[in-house]
Amino acid sequence: MKEFSIVGKHVPRNDARAKATGTAVYTDDIKLPGMLHGRLLRSPFAHARIVGIDTSRAEALPGVKCVITGEDIPKVKYGNWRLFPETQDEYALAVDKVRFIGDEVAAVAAVDLDIAEEALGLIEVEYEELPGVFDIDSSIKEGHPVIHDYCPTNISVDRKIEYGDLEKAFAESDYVREDVFTVHPVSHAYLEPCSALAQCDLDGRITLWTSTQVPYIIQCLLASTLEMRENDVRVIKPFVGGGFGGKMELRAWEFCAAFMAKKTGKPVKFTLSRDEEFLAGRRRHGMKLYSKVGFKKDGTLTGKDFRVYLDGGAYNAMGPTATFLCGNFGAMLYRYPSYRYLGEHVYTNKPPASAMRGFGAPQAIFATETQMSIAAEELGMDPIELRMKNAQVSGDEITGFATISSCGFKEALEKVAEMSGWKEKRGNPKEGRGIGIGCYSFISGGAFNWFNTQYPYSAAEVRVFDDGTAHLLTMAADIGQGCDTALKQILAESLGLKMEDIRITSADTAMTPQADLGAWGSRLTLFNGNAVLDAAEKIKSKLYGAVSARFNMNVIHDFECKNGRVFPKGKPDRGLTFGEAVAMVQKAQRGEPLLAHGYYTPRDKGLVTPAFSFGAQVAEVEVDKKTGIVDVKKFWTAHDCGTVINPRAAEGQLEGSIQMGLGYALSEQFIMDGGKTLNTNFLDYKMPNAMDMPPSEVVHLDTYEPEGPMGAKEAGEGLAIPTAPAIAEAVFNATGYRCRDLPITPEKILKAIEESESEKGGSKSTMK
Amino acid sequence: MKHVITLNVNGDPYAIAVNPWQTLNEVLRENLNLTGVKLGCGEGDCGACTVIVDGRAVSSCLSLAVEMEGKKILTAEGLAPTGETLHPIQEAFIDKGAIQCGFCTCGMEMSALHLLTKNPSPTESEIRESIAGNLCRCTGYTKIVEAIGAAGEKMRESSERKSS
Repeated sequence: MKEFSIVGKHVPRNDARAKATGTAVYTDDIKLPGMLHGRLLRSPFAHARIVGIDTSRAEALPGVKCVITGEDIPKVKYGNWRLFPETQDEYALAVDKVRFIGDEVAAVAAVDLDIAEEALGLIEVEYEELPGVFDIDSSIKEGHPVIHDYCPTNISVDRKIEYGDLEKAFAESDYVREDVFTVHPVSHAYLEPCSALAQCDLDGRITLWTSTQVPYIIQCLLASTLEMRENDVRVIKPFVGGGFGGKMELRAWEFCAAFMAKKTGKPVKFTLSRDEEFLAGRRRHGMKLYSKVGFKKDGTLTGKDFRVYLDGGAYNAMGPTATFLCGNFGAMLYRYPSYRYLGEHVYTNKPPASAMRGFGAPQAIFATETQMSIAAEELGMDPIELRMKNAQVSGDEITGFATISSCGFKEALEKVAEMSGWKEKRGNPKEGRGIGIGCYSFISGGAFNWFNTQYPYSAAEVRVFDDGTAHLLTMAADIGQGCDTALKQILAESLGLKMEDIRITSADTAMTPQADLGAWGSRLTLFNGNAVLDAAEKIKSKLYGAVSARFNMNVIHDFECKNGRVFPKGKPDRGLTFGEAVAMVQKAQRGEPLLAHGYYTPRDKGLVTPAFSFGAQVAEVEVDKKTGIVDVKKFWTAHDCGTVINPRAAEGQLEGSIQMGLGYALSEQFIMDGGKTLNTNFLDYKMPNAMDMPPSEVVHLDTYEPEGPMGAKEAGEGLAIPTAPAIAEAVFNATGYRCRDLPITPEKILKAIEESESEKGGSKSTMK
Repeated sequence: MKHVITLNVNGDPYAIAVNPWQTLNEVLRENLNLTGVKLGCGEGDCGACTVIVDGRAVSSCLSLAVEMEGKKILTAEGLAPTGETLHPIQEAFIDKGAIQCGFCTCGMEMSALHLLTKNPSPTESEIRESIAGNLCRCTGYTKIVEAIGAAGEKMRESSERKSS
């Protein structure tokens, strides 16, 4: 492993002090003179035609400054798949029709929140209710109600992946099994409710402060929906209280704040309530997954046929990308000589599903991992042994699609088996106890460009000063994961400076270089890290030239930046301080400041990502067979995220992922009555609290990703994937209940214990 | 009709006219601009708005402002009033990596202060119980629990130094 000075060290977060003292400012904390408060009127019906809206009583209420409906706004639809405009299916406010309970119908801006709220009650909307569809099967059944006129099938997007001769593979298999899995939607449940504040500048341009993961995407889509030029819209991301995929599209309140600020000439702020977040907020896709997989007698995989329906809710949101990634991750982790995927994104009259930590992969991998464990059982093999036999390794390639440049998967499997005492515990089962494994792989940023940006995917500007400091400017969005700190570490390491020598300005579309696709798909460390290094190399080459000239060095010498100095390698006494070297360059440039831009766009890196992460997790559970309650005793995780830039941040990602994975497996779900979400508060939406968290042990494997900055790849999302399948397998090991439909509830466990062990549910297998 | 309440916030006296339905959270955030008091749910479930009222940790979103007459209130801004040195709880949250998005942080610190004031040497399960009403979606609570333990140790050491 390469030795670093700052990378890989326990460096406190850039913003920790501000957050600990309460001085960190989030969007809702910002107040501007004359600011109006906005509220949204939402649809009480899951599917209805809007016959008419009367806003006159609301407008007449003293203190109300602006009321708008879908009639008032430019008829421009938006969506993140700009490359395929037909997928852009959303207006900020409903036009003609509402498609889910909570769909935004009208907006009010008033001098205070109480008046805005009162005004909502004075808006009269006449609806003509339409039949709705609330699950995948009824949405695609013949004679189904059509949710969007442009899409008579209700299947808005399909994605196919195919390679190898699958029919031949199954024919030549000794063991073929088919299973059906269903997974449920869950909430991002970020602590900070969405908030946006817009101001119309004196020259008519818009500035929007918003709680977002994707400032650049908001800038572009806000410009198009306001019918303005992109450069006339400035998006600033203040501190953001978590996102997890739920804040990565333009949303109604962002548009309304900007539109109403233009209309009234006053700043307008919208902040959602928690009830709105749960009732109408984005969620992880529920899916129905059909998986057929073939093996040779010795456990070697022959092929997989994977057919998935995504319950998309009323709009596409990030569903199209999830449809693709679900298919990609159906074929990751193991070597499938042949593979066929068909994923279909289905509209239903429910709140739209979207990206959520893992972005299609948690669902695909829950199915994959559960099926691997079932197959191991039936083949008479140990689940880890079957995985080892088929595990992907460094250098594996899926032709024209993806190359795995670094892969610590086998090491992860070996490590978790050792840490958890796997053999001993599987070999000597204790009553009510069980141990199970789940694995993951994830992307380090997407190589695809469905947003159709004309700019680099990531960019950085580095300015250096003769006082020995530097200023890093990047559009990267720190939403709590800590990329500001990680990128500063990468720059400090590269320039040989200290953390305190570096100032950072981030996520302001008017002040930081174009562009950045945002904080999603675990892309910032690799993509922006590479952009930062690109800029740093350009700076260093100028500094090296100056030092070389100053000391009249032979051209064969190489140089380095370290400990605040710039010097020829091996001759630290001949160099200059960083600030002196900068001053030399400035002199040579007759005063022109020294700055450089760096960029990263993955080229020739396949269709998915430049680098995949891998890992494995073991869960041990105790199940009370009288109550069906699952008590997770401990987790063991070994993961390969390449070089660890910031160990505490990486551990924090894992620990948070376990909380989310634990909730996904056991306690979190939306209780729905048709299209209505019933549990719209934290009391009834049960995400794990501090007392619910089991202990956990982790090992960061020593791997190096050649495409990553200083060898790094992703650590933000993949870790959220293995927990549910690991718990499910452990519960099976403890009770014989095999979960094929998340979440794992006491009711399901008790029912399974009551029923005979021979019950096989919706699955079948053939052994030749 | 508005009522004028007098209260002490972070050591400073205030007289504020409030509506009978206004919450303490609104007064702290809107009237006093205290950004260390968050609003995560408004229903007393998430704990992000936790402040100390007369020595007790309470959800400011569930406390009516009119009931605050004569009370002493402490928020994260008042933990280390000089702005130079940090409170041991804040130091520990920073050092242990207990902060990610930061939205729960100030509420967590207030619950931690309430615990450590009552119980200077809590066990891990006592720490977990004390923040069971403070939700966090980023950290899995691990480093927060560590930080509270470490802060307790520091506070004990400094009070022992003072008393010896």
